[in-house]
Amino acid sequence: MEIDNLIRMANRIGDFFDAMPDREQAVADVASHIQKFWEPRMRNELLAFLARQPDGDAGKVRLSPILLEAVNANKERLTPAS
Amino acid sequence: MLETVIKRDRDYGTPARVSEQTVTLTIDGQAVTVPAGTSVMRAAAEAGISIPKLCATDSLEAFGSCRLCLVEIDGRRGYPASCTTPAEAGMVVRTETSKLRDLRRGVMELYISDHPLDCLTCAANGDCELQDMAGVVGLRDVRYGYQGANHLDDAKDESNPYFTYDPAKCIVCNRCVRACEETQGTFALTISGRGFGSRVSAGQDQPFMESECVSCGACVQACPTATLQEKSIIEMGQSEHSVLTTCAYCGVGCGFKAEMKGQEVVRMTPWKDGQANRGHSCVKGRFAWGYTTHKERVLKPMIRKRISDPWQEVSWDEAIRYAASEFRRIQAENGRDSIGGITSSRCTNEETYLVQKLVRAAFGTNNVDTCARVCHSPTGYGLKQTLGESAGTQTFDSVMHTDVAVVMGANPSSAHPVFASRLKRRLREGARLIVIDPRRIELVSSPHIKADYHLQVRPGTNTALLSSLAHVIVTEGLVNEAFVSGRCEAKSFQDWRDFVARPENSPEAMEEVTGVPADQVRGAARLYATGGNAAIYYGLGVTEHSQGSTTVMGIANLAMATGNIGREGVGVNPLRGQNNVQGSCDMGSFPHELPGYRHISDPVVRGAFEADWGVTLQPEPGLRITNMFDAALSGTFKGLYLQGEDIVQSDPNTQHVASALSAMECIVVQDLFLNETAKYAHVFLPGSSFLEKDGTFTNAERRISRVRKVMEPRNGLSDWEVTVALSNALGYPMNYTHPSQIMDEIARLTPTFAGVTYEKIDRLGSVQWPCNDEAPEGTPIMHVDEFVRGKGRFLITKYVPSDERSTRKYPLLLTTGRILSQYNVGAQTRRTANVMWHSEDLLEIHPQDAEDRGIVEGDWVGVQSRAGETVLRAMVTDRVPPGVVYTTFHFPESGANVVTTDSSDWATNCPEYKVTAVQAVRVTQPSEWQKRWSRFSEIQRQLLRERMRESETM
Repeated sequence: MEIDNLIRMANRIGDFFDAMPDREQAVADVASHIQKFWEPRMRNELLAFLARQPDGDAGKVRLSPILLEAVNANKERLTPAS
Repeated sequence: MLETVIKRDRDYGTPARVSEQTVTLTIDGQAVTVPAGTSVMRAAAEAGISIPKLCATDSLEAFGSCRLCLVEIDGRRGYPASCTTPAEAGMVVRTETSKLRDLRRGVMELYISDHPLDCLTCAANGDCELQDMAGVVGLRDVRYGYQGANHLDDAKDESNPYFTYDPAKCIVCNRCVRACEETQGTFALTISGRGFGSRVSAGQDQPFMESECVSCGACVQACPTATLQEKSIIEMGQSEHSVLTTCAYCGVGCGFKAEMKGQEVVRMTPWKDGQANRGHSCVKGRFAWGYTTHKERVLKPMIRKRISDPWQEVSWDEAIRYAASEFRRIQAENGRDSIGGITSSRCTNEETYLVQKLVRAAFGTNNVDTCARVCHSPTGYGLKQTLGESAGTQTFDSVMHTDVAVVMGANPSSAHPVFASRLKRRLREGARLIVIDPRRIELVSSPHIKADYHLQVRPGTNTALLSSLAHVIVTEGLVNEAFVSGRCEAKSFQDWRDFVARPENSPEAMEEVTGVPADQVRGAARLYATGGNAAIYYGLGVTEHSQGSTTVMGIANLAMATGNIGREGVGVNPLRGQNNVQGSCDMGSFPHELPGYRHISDPVVRGAFEADWGVTLQPEPGLRITNMFDAALSGTFKGLYLQGEDIVQSDPNTQHVASALSAMECIVVQDLFLNETAKYAHVFLPGSSFLEKDGTFTNAERRISRVRKVMEPRNGLSDWEVTVALSNALGYPMNYTHPSQIMDEIARLTPTFAGVTYEKIDRLGSVQWPCNDEAPEGTPIMHVDEFVRGKGRFLITKYVPSDERSTRKYPLLLTTGRILSQYNVGAQTRRTANVMWHSEDLLEIHPQDAEDRGIVEGDWVGVQSRAGETVLRAMVTDRVPPGVVYTTFHFPESGANVVTTDSSDWATNCPEYKVTAVQAVRVTQPSEWQKRWSRFSEIQRQLLRERMRESETM
């Protein structure tokens, strides 16, 4: 699935939690949201992208700081079960 | 013994009164006790004594004009009208005396001296109160004779497609005028002229169709004679039995009596005891049910290998076996998660439950979603986070206790008409109104209704506006501190309070962003916080945005901060769009949730379903509808079972959806008609309408009501039976023989439904969930003592501008909505006479924007966005502000969704239908998309016609 689209969606999730005063909680919440609502294919693609491109830059779009933090700190629980 | 005459509902004459005080009086020697304020007429009726009446009916306040209901009261002079006389303690009333008999006969003589004597051939024969009263008073002759001036030659008005107005039969009782005022609130009718010249006038003595009449039918229902009569009654005669059921259009969920002759519907009349609608309805529910017998209904299953092939009509067995084998083949070749299903928000709870069960248990995947994705999914998310439950908090009745109503991003006059009528009734009683909408919706200014504040927010800036309202409440000391400290999480409140108090969230700072003057925002906020019971009603103008979920949370924040939750007259009220969209969400149609809004990853919940269903369920969330399209285009999603949903017409970015479907291998559509999506389908399973099945719908009030079968399914099977057959063909056994068994299973597995049974619904009329041991008869008002999640949670709602912003290339903002006479994609209403009111989607454009572009009324206008282009006819109006254009999406050829984009809510992917950056130019021909659509649609219609010829030659 198109990585640009996934990055845009992920960044917008980040925008919401970015407004929270408790940074640590916000980062954890971003990861929780993606884990709870993103289908495995989507999470796999995001993780694979970050593995290829650790700075999160996809050219036209790039992953926001809070997203980088959230995904990197929670790689295990974001990786789908099977 | 066969019942051959329909029992009419008991009419008590005047409305019921609610009072803690009672009075006891004596009527005809009988002691009767009633609430204070009840009329003598109603008190008598409740004791089983029917006082003759013509101008009184219990849905309307007493009028006192016909003078039939006169009674004698000890100690009072003359003969008071029992309808306008309140019962008082110790009163002694006589309803029948020789003097009263003479008076009543005299009144009837006058009526009949100017009335046709064609009872035997009249459409109201058997259901005429004038006839009844003539009989009751013993009228034998009319001493005036019939040679005098009369109205017998008055011309009929047959302009309305559903009912006739025959003034020759009118007794000027005023019931229709009063119904249009009190019940509907449109004020389209009046009496013009005086004395003998008094005549009912629609508009200014205009035909009904040219007046302000919205065809709700309240006047027809109220009319005691054949003056206002349904055309279906005129054609078919009186019905012989009736069945209670629930409307299949909007989220109000009106209770109806389907009046039948055998298996044919004669008319639908609103059920007086329907707790959602209380005897009222709109043009769609009451009159637009003809689509169920429309000739375009596809009644036989069809299959085809490619969508360029003609359809082949086959038996049910063959179609089901083919669909099942295709799904299994695709899974074998592409993996378990390469197929999925979409449940219908038009179908019953039992049917949606079965579809999600089929997807999870038979397909083995969580790729199931429902149309709530594209409308109220942000409500589900936002309210769950803040209050703990994904549903509205009140009943519709609650509005009668509201002092300040906020209507945000909703146009109930068009989309929830029966609720709008109730709201208007309350507003006429003195409640205040705040409207938050870019358009000047009907509620802003209509007869006897004027909004105190109309905040014309720029599309896409709702969150900013709510933050500024919150700023006022917090910085001006208007927070209900007691409520917040007792009922809400202290830390989340503190964080939220600090956030909204920031200067950048003030109305003055936000004015630039929202376009709403700061003083208006301050005024509205103060009114909401201090005006008494304040309730927020909101619709898709809140949810269908990139910050839809955030805005819902903003609404909940405001309600909690001001203590407006947990009792009558307040609350957070999402106006759910479809008849069963609440239900389909409740039933676990979302890819991440099992029935009862419990996450699929929860091992305890999942375990309970696994034990009951006998399968292992996947713990990871599945694909949402929007994700399904992306996956289809990347080649990992190839099969779809779609029940009662037209994604090609209703989802945004039509070209994207069409490409995605074209990339798939097996699309199974279960629907009534060959809709837009079916043109891309490989298997067509004919569906059944709400008249052809048993089950339940859940409306916006969480009210579960019965849907009852009144005719055998014309396609042979109810929708739930089709799903059962498909599941069995896939190898997952389903053995249900009646929908009540499905509800029993739902109750077994879902704590909020634990106490729901068909028997209970029959007994109580309807039940609002949660219904379980704590609330055996259901829960009208939620979060009364505590929130479902315990303490309410405030969430910070920072404004993030949408990607859809006006630019040089696309300087206007397009927003979308609904109108009264058409319903959503129009699959049902376009196949009824409702097209007389709205036969095409129009583009509403402000006079300034039109002038800048050389556009006048009626011109063809090309609407272009980054997603595509379509052409619509222009309607120049100042209902929209400059910079905003508006259209509806009821006709597939309009292509409104060709223009909408993939911008969507961050939390739920609910499409941002309400904000699309567009340009409008005057054009002389349809768009490229429309030309292609025309050609494609014609080809598909041809393929359907070729199928029919095959079956005829066989």
